[in-house]
Amino acid sequence: MSVQRNDWSLQRKGQIDQDRHKERVRDAIKKNLGSIVSNESIILSDGKRVVKVPIRSLDEYKFRFDYRKKKHVGTGDGDTKVGDVIGHEGQPGGPAQGPGGGDQPGQEYFEAEVDIDDIAKLIFEDLHLPYLEEKAKHAVPSKTTKFTEIRRSGILSNLDKRRSLIENIKRQARETGEAHIGPFKKEDLRYKTWEEQMTYESNAVVIAMMDVSGSMGEFKKYIARSFYFWMVRFLKTKYDNVQIVFISHHTEAKEVTEEQFFTQGESGGTVVSSAYRLALDTIGSRFPARDWNIYPFHFSDGDNYYSDNDEAVKLADELIGTCNLFGYGEIGEEGASSYRRSSGALLSIFKDRLKSQDRFVGVRIDDKEDVYPALKEFFGKRGEAA
Amino acid sequence: MVDKEVQELEKAVEEIWEVATTRFGLDPFPVRFEIVPASVMYEVGSYALPGRYSHWTFGKAYHRMKMMYDFGLSKIYEVVINSNPSYAFLLETNSPTQNKMVIAHVLGHIDFFKNNVYFSKTNRRMVDEAALHARRMSDYEFKYGRKVVEEFLDAVLSIEEHIDPNFFIKKPVERKDDEADKKPQRREGPYDDLLSKAEIEKTSPDESLDRRHKPSIEVPEKDLIYFIMKHSPSLEPWQRDVMAMLHEEMEYFIPQLQTKIMNEGWASIWHSRIMRELDLPTDEHLEFAELHAGVVSPHKGQLNPYYLGYKIFEDIEKRWDNPTDEEREKFGRRGGEGRDKMFEVRELDNDISFLRNYLTEEMCEELDLFVYELVDDEDWTVTEKRWERVRDQITANKTNFGFPYIEVVDGDYDGNRELYLMHRFEGVELDMKYARKTLEYVHKLWGRDVHLETQVDEEPLIMNYDGNEHDEE
Repeated sequence: MSVQRNDWSLQRKGQIDQDRHKERVRDAIKKNLGSIVSNESIILSDGKRVVKVPIRSLDEYKFRFDYRKKKHVGTGDGDTKVGDVIGHEGQPGGPAQGPGGGDQPGQEYFEAEVDIDDIAKLIFEDLHLPYLEEKAKHAVPSKTTKFTEIRRSGILSNLDKRRSLIENIKRQARETGEAHIGPFKKEDLRYKTWEEQMTYESNAVVIAMMDVSGSMGEFKKYIARSFYFWMVRFLKTKYDNVQIVFISHHTEAKEVTEEQFFTQGESGGTVVSSAYRLALDTIGSRFPARDWNIYPFHFSDGDNYYSDNDEAVKLADELIGTCNLFGYGEIGEEGASSYRRSSGALLSIFKDRLKSQDRFVGVRIDDKEDVYPALKEFFGKRGEAA
Repeated sequence: MVDKEVQELEKAVEEIWEVATTRFGLDPFPVRFEIVPASVMYEVGSYALPGRYSHWTFGKAYHRMKMMYDFGLSKIYEVVINSNPSYAFLLETNSPTQNKMVIAHVLGHIDFFKNNVYFSKTNRRMVDEAALHARRMSDYEFKYGRKVVEEFLDAVLSIEEHIDPNFFIKKPVERKDDEADKKPQRREGPYDDLLSKAEIEKTSPDESLDRRHKPSIEVPEKDLIYFIMKHSPSLEPWQRDVMAMLHEEMEYFIPQLQTKIMNEGWASIWHSRIMRELDLPTDEHLEFAELHAGVVSPHKGQLNPYYLGYKIFEDIEKRWDNPTDEEREKFGRRGGEGRDKMFEVRELDNDISFLRNYLTEEMCEELDLFVYELVDDEDWTVTEKRWERVRDQITANKTNFGFPYIEVVDGDYDGNRELYLMHRFEGVELDMKYARKTLEYVHKLWGRDVHLETQVDEEPLIMNYDGNEHDEE
C-alpha cells in the first residue's frame, strides 16, 4: 500500500490528443466552409469573436440502436403512472439528454467553437481583388519582413539547421577527406536574417449595392447580407486601404452607413438603374478611375421594373467601362433550383445584352450553401496577374 | 499538498484498509494511490488506462471532461485501474473527507475486480500491456504515417464493442495472420520415429491443396474484430496487429461494461459502511453524508448505476438476514446469511443476472422504475409499470452491453470473399445513418463488398456497400 505524489508537469498526452482532435475539427471546418459561411450564428454574431457551429463529420460512428425507437427504463419520484409524459423530443433537459445506461447516443453532432477570424483566414486564403492595377495616387506603403539572407552570426532561434549541417559536412570533408557529420564547431553554424520590405498597394474602392425592395424577403436579404458580411471582412483583412461605399436601393437609391446597410429593412418596388446612377455619380465625384481600382457589386432578386431594364443595362455597361470588375448576384427563392428562375430576371438580361462580358461576373444564388461559391466566383484566382 | 498531507493520507489508507479487510472481509489487491492534478485525472479518465495509445477520440473526451471541470459542471473524484497491484488516482484538490470516501470506494471496486468471476480472465498487468501497445502504435505511426494509422483506428474503433466476451473459452488470440502463409501440416503421430523420412512425406497432405484460396471460415462468428483480423482479404500485417491489440484491450474492458451497476453498487455499499466505522469529526461526517447522498441518489428518468446497485445489494442483505416465512420454508433460508449472500453475489453475477435474480417487485416499486418510450414522435411517455416487464426491459437493454447483436454469417458471400453480417433483430431498429457510416468502416477493414442484413418496418432489409455506393434492398 502506498500513497504517492509525483511530478506530472510534463504529462501532456491528453493535451496532445486534444490537439489531434482540434486538427480534425479544423479539417472538418474546411470541408464544411460552404455551410459555415452562411451560418446564422456567424452572420448574426453581433461582433462576437467566437461562435458555435455544428460540425457533423466528427461523429464516432458505430452500429447502434435508433434511440427514438427504443424503450428505456428510468427511476421516478415515487408515484409515476403509465401515461405520464416525462419529456419532449428535442427539448433540452429531456430524458434523451443525460447519461444513463450507456445506450444513449452521443451528441448528435459536435459543436465546434470557432473563432470568426480563423474561419475568415480559411475562406480568404484564395481570394483577392481581381484585375488590381497600379494607380497613380494614394499608394500607401506597408511593411513586411522576409527572411532573405544567411549569415555566420545571429540569434540561435534563427539557426538554419540544414545549412549548418551542410557546412559541417563540408568542413569534415576538408579536414578528414571524408564527407560525414562530425562534431559541430562555431564556424559551421549559419543563421537566417531578415530584411524589411516595403510593399505598395494600390487604392481600391468597393461599391456595395443591395436591393432592399419589398420583394426581397427574409431569406434573400439574409443571403445578400452574408455575402457582404464576408466581403467587408475580406477587404478589411487583406487590404489596408480599401474603401467601401454602401448603397441600398428600392425605387430610389441612397448611400448609407455600414450599420444601416446591414440592419435596415425597406420595402417598395425595384428600380435598379437608380443604384447604378448613384454609383456612377459617386465614382465621378470621389473616386476617379485614374486613381482608383473600382469594384461595384450588386445583389438583387432581379425583379426589376420592366421599363427600367434598358436603362439598367445601359448604366451597367457604363459602370463596367470605368471599373475593374462588376459583380452581380441574383438571389432566387429559397431552395428553388435554377430551372425555375423567372424569365424577366436581370441576370439573363445582363448575360444577353451587356457589351463587355469579360469584366462582368454574374452568379445565381438559390441556397445558403451558394454564398461561398459566389465569393470564390467574384474574388477567386483568375488567369490575369493582379 | 505538502508532505504532511501525504503522511496523513497514508495513515487514512492504513486505517481504511484495516476496516475493509478485517472488519468487513473485503479482499482487494494491494493498491498504489497517486495524488494527481486535474489535468492528469481527466487524462486517465478519458483514456481509461494510463499510458494508452493516442487517438483523437481520447482527446475529444479529455477536452470535454476538462471543460466540464473548468466550468464547475462535474468532477471526477477518483479513477481506479483493475490491475495487480491496483492503481487509484486521487484529485489533488480533494478535501480529506473526499479522499477518505474515495479510498474506501476504491477498495470496494478492487475487491470486486479481484473476486468477481467475470474479471477472472482479465489481464492484471494491463497497464504495462497498454504501454507496450502504445509503443507499437507509435512505431506504426512513424513507419506508415500518422494519418494512415489514425484512419485505420477510426475504422477498427467503430466496431470495437463487437467482440465475444467469452473469447478466452474459444480460442487464443492470434497476433498476426501468419496462418495463410503456413504450409498444410501433417499431424504428428506417436510412431513417427519408426517411419522413414520418405514415408512421412508420402502421408503429408498434398501441397497443391493449398487452403489459401478456400479458407475454411467458421461462421456464425460474433467476434467481428477477431473475424476480420483473421480473415480479411486485404489487411497488412501491421493492421492485423493493431486489431489484435485493440481486441486485447476490449477483452480487458468488457467485464467493466458487464458489471457497471454491481461494481458501483458494491463500492458504494462499502464506502458508506467503512466511513461509518471511522472516527470522523462532526464536520467531516456532515460533509461525507452530503457526498454520499449525491452519489447514491436517483436521477429522474434515468438509471443511476450507483443508486440502483446500492439499493439492490442492501435489499439482498436484508432479505437473507430476515427471510419471510415463505422464504424460510420454500428456499430453506435460515436468516442471518445476508453478508454471505452479498459476497456470493459479488463473486458470481453480472449486471444481467444480478437484475434478473434480485430486482424484486418491492424493489421496483420502491425505486419507482418504469419503462418509457417516444409516443407520436413527440412525447417521452411512461408506457409500462408492471415490474416483470420493467425488469425484462432493463436486462434487454443491458444485453450485449446495449449494442445491437451482429454476427458474421458468411465470409465468402457470393463465392467472392464478400462479408455478410447479420443483425440478430430483437425488436429495435438500427440507427440507419450510423449503420451506413459504420458499414463504410467495415468495408475499409474487409476490402471487399460488405452486406448487413437487418429489419426495418418489420421487413428484412439488406444493406450493401461496395466502397462507393450504398444500396439497400
